[in-house]
Amino acid sequence: MTDVLDLPIVAQAAQVARGEISAVALTERALSRVEAKTNLHAFLHVARDAALAAAAKVDRKRAQGEPLGPLAGVPIAIKDALCTSDAPTTCASKILTRRNAEGSGGSTPEAGWRPPFDATVVARLRAADAVLIGKTNMDEFAMGSSGENSAFGPMRNPWDLTRTAGGSSGGSAAAVSAGLAAGALGSDTGGSIRQPAALCGIVGVKPTYGRVSRYGLVAFASSLDQVGPFARDARSAARILEVISGVDAHDSTSADVPVGAYEAACDRPVKGLRIGIPEEYFGEGLDPGIASSVRAAVSALEKEGCTVHPVALPHTRHGIATYYIVATAEASSNLARFDGVRFGLRMEPARGDLQTMYGKTRNSGFGPEVKRRILLGTYVLSSGYYDAYYRKAQRARTLIKQDFDRAFQTVDAIAAPTSPSPAFKLGEKVDDPLAMYLADIYTLPASLAGIAGLSVPCGMLAASATQPALPVGLQLLAPAFEEERLFTLASAVERLTAPGGPALPPA
Amino acid sequence: MAITRETVLHVAKLARLELEDSEIDRMQKDLGNILEYVNSLAELDTASVAETTQVAVLGAPLRPDQVEPSLSNEAALSGAPRSVSGGFAVPAFVEE
Repeated sequence: MTDVLDLPIVAQAAQVARGEISAVALTERALSRVEAKTNLHAFLHVARDAALAAAAKVDRKRAQGEPLGPLAGVPIAIKDALCTSDAPTTCASKILTRRNAEGSGGSTPEAGWRPPFDATVVARLRAADAVLIGKTNMDEFAMGSSGENSAFGPMRNPWDLTRTAGGSSGGSAAAVSAGLAAGALGSDTGGSIRQPAALCGIVGVKPTYGRVSRYGLVAFASSLDQVGPFARDARSAARILEVISGVDAHDSTSADVPVGAYEAACDRPVKGLRIGIPEEYFGEGLDPGIASSVRAAVSALEKEGCTVHPVALPHTRHGIATYYIVATAEASSNLARFDGVRFGLRMEPARGDLQTMYGKTRNSGFGPEVKRRILLGTYVLSSGYYDAYYRKAQRARTLIKQDFDRAFQTVDAIAAPTSPSPAFKLGEKVDDPLAMYLADIYTLPASLAGIAGLSVPCGMLAASATQPALPVGLQLLAPAFEEERLFTLASAVERLTAPGGPALPPA
Repeated sequence: MAITRETVLHVAKLARLELEDSEIDRMQKDLGNILEYVNSLAELDTASVAETTQVAVLGAPLRPDQVEPSLSNEAALSGAPRSVSGGFAVPAFVEE
């Protein structure tokens, strides 16, 4: 019999609602699996006591006959970039921890900053009766594609512990893939939800910019950042997205657009939907096994009554350069707030002024990739270079966005690979920042355009002499606020490519 | 594109990063490589293209100018490495 932890969120919540399992028992099972799988390093903090208390509250509500929320008792993991009032929040950075005992720098996640408030998405999960079991590991300040930029050590892929779980939300993806949590929140600035979802064989959604509140998400690049869900199946992800979406008075960029019926959209037929295939996403550098797996999924959709059309996204190849200028410029500004004054680390020499304290705190607290991006962002915004880099990239961003606008005049959604390669080996790209940036080549353009995106498993690469069987992600893109279409298509892809349910990693 | 050691130090100063000597060489090399890559944008003709600073933002919402509950002084200071007299404490920044 299937372990309840391996059931979809919808089934877990239904079992709790019917009293077939108590929320406390479900939480205990999740926590013991978390303990059995510490080798994944998916979590920076396990919120055992708070989770059990939240679960007990759900059980009390049920006993008193009160209505339960749509995520009643469901164990959910939270990326450590999201503020939680009852758990430390570090963004996997030493700069959000207290000084170590020797006084030489930052320390551990347990000595992390305690935010005085919950992120809006966290508050909405609590209101839906979800049980938040812990904070997940990530690349420091969400900067990275492999998890290796975490100040506390990388997370590992449940399909092969020597490989990356992806980044930056790799801990959330690994936790859901291994069934430590039924769902998780991540954040996606240039692919940080979709890419780890693809590499771990689960569903990950990057909602339209503005669909979900960013209040309480530690800012990386404010015109790109968006919170979204991970789950093992599209319907479960849809349920989480319905809970966390919607306008928020605390985030003026959150959109006052009605929240879609994402779960109901999973049952709609795909017949008649027009799918665009951008050849720019199938060029040099794409793993041939991923290309054929993605094309096979599209053919299956065609047999269900979709029509398939070539579309042109000619500025795709400028996505990486555009992104690394825009995102680092915004990051250099956002990360100015980490200055040793209001939270986290402070390195205060015995003799020294304010500037010295800033410089020493920031250099001690930030890791190499964060420093690299702050320097790059400061450079492209600096006098004399602003026009050549920042202004130029903002104009290139317009061209990339126009590519999608034009494509969506003739198609309803776009289908492409999420990642050019399956999960790569830890250490493989760590010394070459540019090679690491190339891992995001297929996810960056949609982030720059602010449209809706999702990655859904569409098959497995067969095991070979050099690698075990590894999952492949299909990326689906839709116009702004058309997430429903993504769920309709993703559910069909699941039915067509994995009729027996999602493939699970080795136990 | 080559970037000089002096430029790295200048940018680091603007960013309030007191880099160690060993880090400066590495940053000089990495930033040079990345700038060379992003220079590929120069081939795009963008003379008549508008800049995109925000996407999918439907407008700047307004709210009534009313006092609403916010963090207490104690909560706001709770994460500060040093606080004094209900405020954040910083090293002296003016000469006595």
